[in-house]
Order: sequence, then C-alpha cells, then structure tokens
Amino acid sequence: MSIAIDTATPPSAPLDEKAAAAEARYAQATQLQLTWWRFRKHKLALVSLVVIVLFYAVAIFADFLATTDPHATDARRSFIPPQGIHFFDENGFNPHVYGLRGVRNPRTFQLAYSPDPSRKLPVRMFVRGYTYNLLGIFETNIHLFGVEGARAGESMFLLGTDQLGRDLYSRILVATRISLFIGLAGVVLSLFLGVLLGGVSGLYGGWVDLVIQRIIEVLRSVPTIPLWMGLAAALPRTWNVIQVYFAITIIISLIGWTDLARVVRGRFLALREEDFVVAAELSGASQGRIIFRHMLPSFTSHIIAATSLALPAMIISETSLSFLGLGLRPPAVSWGILLQDAQNIQVLSGAPWLLVPAIPVTMVILAFNFLGDGLRDAADPYG
Amino acid sequence: MVIYLLRRLGLALITCVFISIFTFVIIRLPPGDFVDAYIANLAASGSSVSAEQAEAMRREYGLDRPVVVQYGIWMGRVLKGDFGVSMVWRRPVTEVIGDRLWLTMAVSVSALFLTWMIALPIGIYSAMRQYSIGDYIFTTLGFIGLAIPNFLLALILMYLGFRYLGLNVGGLFSAEYAQAPWSLARVWDLTKHLPLPAAVLAMAGTAQLIRIMRANLLDELRKPYVVTARAKGLTEMRAVLKYPVRAALNPFASSLAYLFPYLVSGSIIVSLVLGLPTVGPLLLQALVAQDMFLAGAIVLLLGVMTVIGTLISDMLLMWIDPRIRLEGR
Repeated sequence: MSIAIDTATPPSAPLDEKAAAAEARYAQATQLQLTWWRFRKHKLALVSLVVIVLFYAVAIFADFLATTDPHATDARRSFIPPQGIHFFDENGFNPHVYGLRGVRNPRTFQLAYSPDPSRKLPVRMFVRGYTYNLLGIFETNIHLFGVEGARAGESMFLLGTDQLGRDLYSRILVATRISLFIGLAGVVLSLFLGVLLGGVSGLYGGWVDLVIQRIIEVLRSVPTIPLWMGLAAALPRTWNVIQVYFAITIIISLIGWTDLARVVRGRFLALREEDFVVAAELSGASQGRIIFRHMLPSFTSHIIAATSLALPAMIISETSLSFLGLGLRPPAVSWGILLQDAQNIQVLSGAPWLLVPAIPVTMVILAFNFLGDGLRDAADPYG
Repeated sequence: MVIYLLRRLGLALITCVFISIFTFVIIRLPPGDFVDAYIANLAASGSSVSAEQAEAMRREYGLDRPVVVQYGIWMGRVLKGDFGVSMVWRRPVTEVIGDRLWLTMAVSVSALFLTWMIALPIGIYSAMRQYSIGDYIFTTLGFIGLAIPNFLLALILMYLGFRYLGLNVGGLFSAEYAQAPWSLARVWDLTKHLPLPAAVLAMAGTAQLIRIMRANLLDELRKPYVVTARAKGLTEMRAVLKYPVRAALNPFASSLAYLFPYLVSGSIIVSLVLGLPTVGPLLLQALVAQDMFLAGAIVLLLGVMTVIGTLISDMLLMWIDPRIRLEGR
C-alpha cells in the first residue's frame, strides 16, 4: 500500500538521509514488522484491537469489576429497573444510589423492593463485597467499586435485575468470560483442524485433496443451525457445566474449520511453486523443515487474519445455541443465556433492560470483523 | 457443461447421503433406544407397555440388528416417505410437519430474493460513487448488519413494534387465517406477513453481498475496456451497466450456493423469536422432548431441501456465466 512509496524512490534520487534510513529500515524489517506497519495505518482496526483487548481484560477481571454476586438470587428484588448513580447531593460530591424499600403488593401481598429516594447508599472505590477468586488464585472480596452500608439484599443495580433478582450488570461482566473464551477455544480447535487438513490437502494434492475438498463442500452446503441443535440436544442431561462447555466448543468448531482449511490450502498451493521452497528442497531440507521453517512463517499473518474473522462466527454460534436453550446450561452465564430471558415479549416490554446484553455481543462481533479486515489487508503484501 | 452438471449432481447426492447418516446419528444419540423413550413417554401419560410389546416394537424397527442394517431399514422407510411416528404428537411425522416445511422454504426464498434486490443496486451505487457519503453510510450499515445476529435483530424489532406501535409483529398469518385451509386470501395474507421475517433474515447476507458486489465492480471498472467505452462517449450508466456489472455479477451468483444454507439455518432461529409457523419451533420442541423421529425428519428434510436449492442456484450460475457453461467442452 503506502509503504511501497518509500521503496519507489529510485536509488539515483538525491540522497536524503531520512529517506535512506527509512529504506534501510524497510529492507531489514521482518515480515511481522511489515505487517504491523501496514496494520497501523488502518485506524478502525487499531481501535477495534483496543476494544477487544479491553473486553478480554473485563473477562479476566470480571469479578473484580462486578458489584453484586452474579448468582445471588432474591425473589423480592426481581425486575428492578436500572439504578443510576447520583454523583452530587446537597453536600457536594457524594456518589450514591438509592436504597431499597420493601413494599407489599396490595393485590398479591407479596413483598417487593423498589428504590427508596430517602435512603442513600454511598458508592465507594475498592469496597468489600462478595468473595471470589482473582485469576483463580487469590481469594479476595475487594471490588473496584460498590456500595457501603447496604442491608441484606441491597446493592447497586446499574443495569437493573432479572426475574430472579440477579444483578444484570455483574452477570454481563461474568458472561463476557464464557462467551469470549468459548469463542477462543472453538477457534483454536478449528485452527488445528483447518491447518492440519488444509495443509495436508494443499501439500499432497491428488485424491487426498479431492476428498478433503469434497468434505468441505458438503459441510458448507448443510444448514448449520439444525445440525448444531441436533447435536447439542443430544448431550446427556447428566453432564456437568464443564463437560457441556467443551462439547459445545467441539460442536461449533465442527463447521468452523472449513474456512481456515481453505485459506491454508490456498497458501500452500501458492507457496509450493515458489523459488525459495524449491531452493530449500534442492539443498536437501527435510519436508518438516520446509513446512515449519520456510512455508509456515510466510503465511502466519494470513492465518491470524482468518482466525480473527472466524472468532465472531464462533461467538454468534454459542450465543444462538444458548439463546435456544440448547447451549450452555445454568448456572453457567453467557450472553446467550442472558438473552434467553429476553425471549418473551411480555417480559421484555416490562423489563426492556434485559436486552442490554445485545450491546456487548454486537460490539465484540463488530470489533472482530474490523480487526480481521485490517489484518487481512495488512497481511497481503500486494494490498 | 454436462460434466459440470454431473459433478454438481454427484456432489448433491453425496451431500444427501452425508446428511442422512448425520440424521441417523442424531436419532440414535440419546441414551437408550427410542423404544425406551417411547415407553417412558407412555408411562408418563399413565399407560404401560408389556415387555413382549416392547420386544415386538424393537423387532419391527430392527433395533436388535447391527447399526448398519438399522440405517438401511430406516433409509428404506424414509425413501418410501415413511418418517416414523412422532412420540409427542402420536401422529405420523409427515402429518405433524404438514405445510410447515413449505413455509420455511417460502421465508428462506423470499429472504434470498430480498437480498438480491437490495444488494445489487446498492453494490453498484457504492462502486460507482466510491468514498462518497452514500458509500460510507452503506458500508457502515452493512458492517452493522453483519455484526447483529439476526435473532437479536428480530428481538429488537419485536420489542419496538410492541412498545411503540402496539402490535405483534410476529407470525406469518393474521389470526383469522392461521388455521384456515389454503385459499387465495390466505396466500395474500401470507404475502403481507412475509416481508418482515424476510428482511430480518436477509440483513447479514445483504451486507455481505454489497461488499462483494462493490469490490468486484471496482475491479472491473478499472479495466481498460471501461475506459474505452467511456472514451467512445457512452453514457456513464450504459458504460457501467452493459459489461462491467455483468462481469461482476458472476461471483455474486456463486456466493448464492453458500447463502442459501445460511438463510435456511437462520430462518430456524428467527422463526422461534418471531413465532413463525415454520419447522423451526417444531424442531426445538422435538429436540427438547427427545422426539427423535420428528427431529430427525426435520433435519433431513431441511438438509435435502437446501441441497436442492443450492443445485438450482448452481444451474442459475451456469446460465449466467458462459465460462462455466463452456467448461469441459
């Protein structure tokens, strides 16, 4: 793209120190550096990268950022609307949320909580809340922010609560973890299958290639959701959350590998005829060395780009399956499971905040698409 | 051309066999065989089945024979149009599915046409006016369309329709036609209800096709023959529409083969949200209740219909593109 402008300067041009230095830098740069330089020009992709890193950071520190135990249910506080933080009161800066007041429903005589403006719960940084494992190692109960002096059942509900009175904000944070990492796990599995089968297909050609190509075509011409549904529904009910998690990962990568296999095969086919591969062959390098030392590095960037484009598809798959109730099962929390609550139009019209998990889903998918686009452009030296 | 056609036909057959094996696996996957499930189902409703009866049923369905033979027996029945009996509905599977399958196809196919109708003009516009405000708007919209899963879009539309217009946007028929026999009025009613689910389904595919069309046409527009056409004084419209668009249309048609399975797939989940009387909700119910003959029949029929749809789109492609038609001559 625009890097080419640097090299386009003919050597006979008046030697500008800076240009010469840039040219030397360009000539000595590794493939990865070149890709990175091209990638940096793609502003939207760069922003997307930051967004994705932030999302994964949230996923890792979800419990630290959460304010309320995402699994704690309390029937009395079901469907509390989102509570805004009030930053000022009559004494100046004093962030607070309103406390809850129990009100007996005049018709059903059930006790239900509603916000009580007369009581203020101060919002503070680094407060102690429910206990969790930070990074799976340290047991702690410190949270980035939260309320102080809350009575039992009281807390802050930034995005409201669901039917069982669980805090939606905290649940979305915790769901980020499963939704993002199941995508990652699925992509790793697809990548393994795709590189293996695509590589074999591209390297050996002949009938092996033919068979693998037909398998890919067959897989791609089958409607995926009914297949996934069939497989997912067949998972034994007795399996625990972790077993189901891995089974779902395998199911969604069963179709996902085909795209990656195509990319890898295409690259192998193109590279097989390249001079440097022939040269390596002639100098007696073993096949393994040719593949891993010479061929693979020259298209890692393509694989990375294809991977980042495959990730959003994985995330959508998991979300769809869980949304249908065939994916992960409670108590696991994922975006799909949260959106399941929003399925009923009657419930939704009373508690529209249940649709909020759609926002992170859309954001992440959008970010991964932009990132993948940018990476693909950057990986292509002729782009 | 004949070779191409035969190759496609062969591939379609292989795909159908693959789908049937897959379906068979789905039917067999739940623990225990279906007679166990059937007995459990009956027991739940109060009646009981003797051991002899169970044994007779097992023999009838060949459950005491090796798996391959079982597959053969099952396939033989399916080819004769006998998909077995739905356990939950206690009626033949074909009866339960009824015209839901055709409605599924109606939704998918209308989504396909909608995709074409929207993507083609916008794609041409975006390529002709590259980097214009309109191009940026469509590109952004396209990306958003790609990023929102269609069931979410359906949910949001449902909510907005319910909240601000006070109407239920779901369903394929008005209340008075839901159970009515087919008539012209009912077909008209269906036509009125189709656009919304079709639009929801078409969203992502349209976004993708606009991008493909734009990229292809941009490549074509840079070619010398377009410059020649312009130099000869052809109007811009004619210079673009006459040849470059036709050349760019080719990959457009080939992507159809991938688009159709995607649309059928999407129609399942969108139907669930919008409450459409397609096979989608039926499939979910059947899977949850482990009514495996019903679920299997739906997966099989959907798969085969998709393969046929893909085959038709391949033939369409052949008709459009002389390069394929002349291949293998």
